[in-house]
Amino acid sequence: MPVWFTKSRTITHHLNRKVGFMGIIHQNFWISSSSSMQPSSLSSIFIPGIDEDHSTPHIFPFNSSIISRFSLQRFKSTKAASQLAQLYSTDDDDHDNSQVLDFPGGKVTYISEMRFLSESNVKRIPCYRVLDDNGEIIIGSDYEQLSEEIAVKMYSNMVTLQMMDTIFYEAQRQGRISFYLTSTGEEAINIASAAALSADDIILPQYREPGILLWRGFTIQEFANQCFGNKDDYGKGRQMPIHYGSKKHNFVTISSPIATQLPQAVGIAYSLKMDKKDACVVTYTGDGGTSEGDFHAALNFAAVTEAPVVFICRNNGWAISTHISEQFRSDGIVVRGRAYGIRSIRVDGNDALAVYSAIHAARKMAISEQRPVLVEALSYRVGHHSTSDDSTKYRPVDEIDYWKVERNPVNRFRKWVERYGWWSEEEESELRGSIKKQLLQAIQVAEKTEKPPLKNLFSDVYDIPPPNLREQEKELRETINRHPQDYPSDIPQ
Amino acid sequence: MFGIIRQKVSAGGSPPLAFGQMIRPAVSAWRGYSAAAKQMTVREALNTALDEEMSADPKVFLMGEEVGEYQGAYKISKGLLDKYGPERVLDTPITEAGFTGIGVGAAYHGLKPVVEFMTFNFSMQAMDHIINSAAKSNYMSAGQISVPIVFRGPNGAAAGVGAQHSQCYAAWYASCPGLKVLAPYSSEDARGLLKAAIRDPDPVVFLENELLYGEVFPISAEVLDSSFCLPIGKAKIEREGKDVTITAFSKMVGYALKAAEILAKEGISAEVINLRSIRPLDRHAINASVRKTNRLVTVEEGFPQHGVGAEICASVVEESFGYLDAPVERICGADVPMPYAANLERIALPQVEDIVRASKRACYRSVPMAATA
Repeated sequence: MPVWFTKSRTITHHLNRKVGFMGIIHQNFWISSSSSMQPSSLSSIFIPGIDEDHSTPHIFPFNSSIISRFSLQRFKSTKAASQLAQLYSTDDDDHDNSQVLDFPGGKVTYISEMRFLSESNVKRIPCYRVLDDNGEIIIGSDYEQLSEEIAVKMYSNMVTLQMMDTIFYEAQRQGRISFYLTSTGEEAINIASAAALSADDIILPQYREPGILLWRGFTIQEFANQCFGNKDDYGKGRQMPIHYGSKKHNFVTISSPIATQLPQAVGIAYSLKMDKKDACVVTYTGDGGTSEGDFHAALNFAAVTEAPVVFICRNNGWAISTHISEQFRSDGIVVRGRAYGIRSIRVDGNDALAVYSAIHAARKMAISEQRPVLVEALSYRVGHHSTSDDSTKYRPVDEIDYWKVERNPVNRFRKWVERYGWWSEEEESELRGSIKKQLLQAIQVAEKTEKPPLKNLFSDVYDIPPPNLREQEKELRETINRHPQDYPSDIPQ
Repeated sequence: MFGIIRQKVSAGGSPPLAFGQMIRPAVSAWRGYSAAAKQMTVREALNTALDEEMSADPKVFLMGEEVGEYQGAYKISKGLLDKYGPERVLDTPITEAGFTGIGVGAAYHGLKPVVEFMTFNFSMQAMDHIINSAAKSNYMSAGQISVPIVFRGPNGAAAGVGAQHSQCYAAWYASCPGLKVLAPYSSEDARGLLKAAIRDPDPVVFLENELLYGEVFPISAEVLDSSFCLPIGKAKIEREGKDVTITAFSKMVGYALKAAEILAKEGISAEVINLRSIRPLDRHAINASVRKTNRLVTVEEGFPQHGVGAEICASVVEESFGYLDAPVERICGADVPMPYAANLERIALPQVEDIVRASKRACYRSVPMAATA
């Protein structure tokens, strides 16, 4: 910290600024978790500008107590390149009290020079990464070390998820299930984030996060049952495929409307907070979901109610055919956190170790400090949006192939695990062989299993079935009995 | 004419207004009777119901715009912030979609939110959460996620507030499976039904009426008890009669009762049913009444097409067609967005005279054989 102060003061004195603007450099200008993270390396990630080219330092004081005095970069439009951001120094604070205004919301210093905040920083928010493309740990990285058991479980789950997606997608193409949606390319986000959480953390997914259920013990057969909508489906055949839900795994049933899970997550976190549990709520959305009004309301409320929620945004570049350049004009999602007073981080979503470490830290902050945290995980949606989509219609095939092969998160993590001697080629082929068998078997079994019984049509509409529904069920049964030839034969009673 | 005189003669003249029958005139004339010992405004009824339910169950909490510091936009939640603190009475930012979603989320995890909409017109901004998140969740999660939430607020027309503040949403919400929809009229209704709604494990839409908040109703000691609760799905016969059945809910119950008084002077004995519950509709009570009177007039403030009256008519045609002596009459609001000008607003809403005329039409349709003699 002191090193940074010295640097900033040097810069301040070199500047020829007319405005006696002052603020406060807060001690905790960057947040680090108390575990294995070292502040100095974090700050080096944080302010590359200061070290390299003094033109555009970024200062992001995070402490909420100085909300009214925070500063972002300012540019005069004609001199954008040479202008510097306002810097804070503790010296000037005392003799500028007259230049403070009182407004609802606190004191603000004022400035007579008309300056607009730029619509974006010159440099994008950097992305936290631990493993390079070859699966080697970048020297000096902060990360949470994994045990062999966890690492191998993570890798196996990533492979299982990858294979499940491939085979179930094929099943849809063969007409055996009506719909499927893959998470191809986002296996690291799925599994690594799940691994960093506890079983008590409540998950509100969007729909591209089945890996979390997989990590928590949902079996391949259970996935298949839901997709086929048979009598063993926990959803009683009520929902489209991939709309999994499991109370015992703390995984709230997937709901199709986008981003509705975000304010719901805040509501659950509000309830958890009242219970004072050592658990938080973790909710996921894609880049497209952040355009919904619910995203705004959820983040705003989470900050105001100080709810222990971790918002994970899977920025995979595409919302069906809408590229992120058409979705928003901000620097991704991470910059939005500050707009709500929420701590945020951008992480390489294809780096399993980075995702694990970031979520681990975010969860700790959310629970111990009772505050929301926003994590933007950058990735790429390798698969089509769903089986109803053909993404080659709106994006180049070689772009898809590049991300599928060169930037594959499963391969990258595999290299790291192998390097430790925790994985080998034999185990790879054994795993893949076994998973494939399980998947094909699960599909066969699910396909042959009976469909849900008739009583499931009318149950759970209300807590207690009302008279009109009981009557309708009775009438329906009588009608089927009288005219069996008019009804399909597979309606178990 | 003869038919009416005949009915008057056979009925013995005056309508059955004996003490002990369940009648609640809008302006109380019953102060002298010991059973109706106290009086209470609908506002007080709602406030005391909220207070008692929050006191009884720590999971119940109130959220909405202005419910806390402002004591409620219509002062329904007066005093609750001071009594229960900001954790249980939440002033929300202005985002119906947002706070409804948050309320539903809290309900998913076992809390019992009471979400207030400043008027139900603004609930349209939260419609997805009410229907797709609240109403359907229990079904779509196969019973794993129950949503014990109450959505309440003023519904329907007020006075001179224009189109975006005057729509009645009873028909919209009542068409959706998974929701329960209640519409109280008197203070007894307000207390009993709100308590029932809060205790109910399903999502309940509780449609109040701004103009009724200040109305005073007599209230018995039983109603004042904190365990008092009315059953959901049961209508109330506000006034017994034998010539024509008039169904109504919320403010229109008062109008129907006034119409019944006027009709009584002309020898028509009207039975006024206060629906109380729009979903589930008390079809049994409605049909039993129509089988007795053979004529039906439905009254509502909302738009005519696909309204509550349309459902009641269909239900009666399905179950009691043979008993109908006249076509069903529907009295509704005009099929236009609510105008602001007072004269136009008056014409756009049902008035007592409309109900009287409709009831008379229903009664004149069939001329008894003896009348022609």
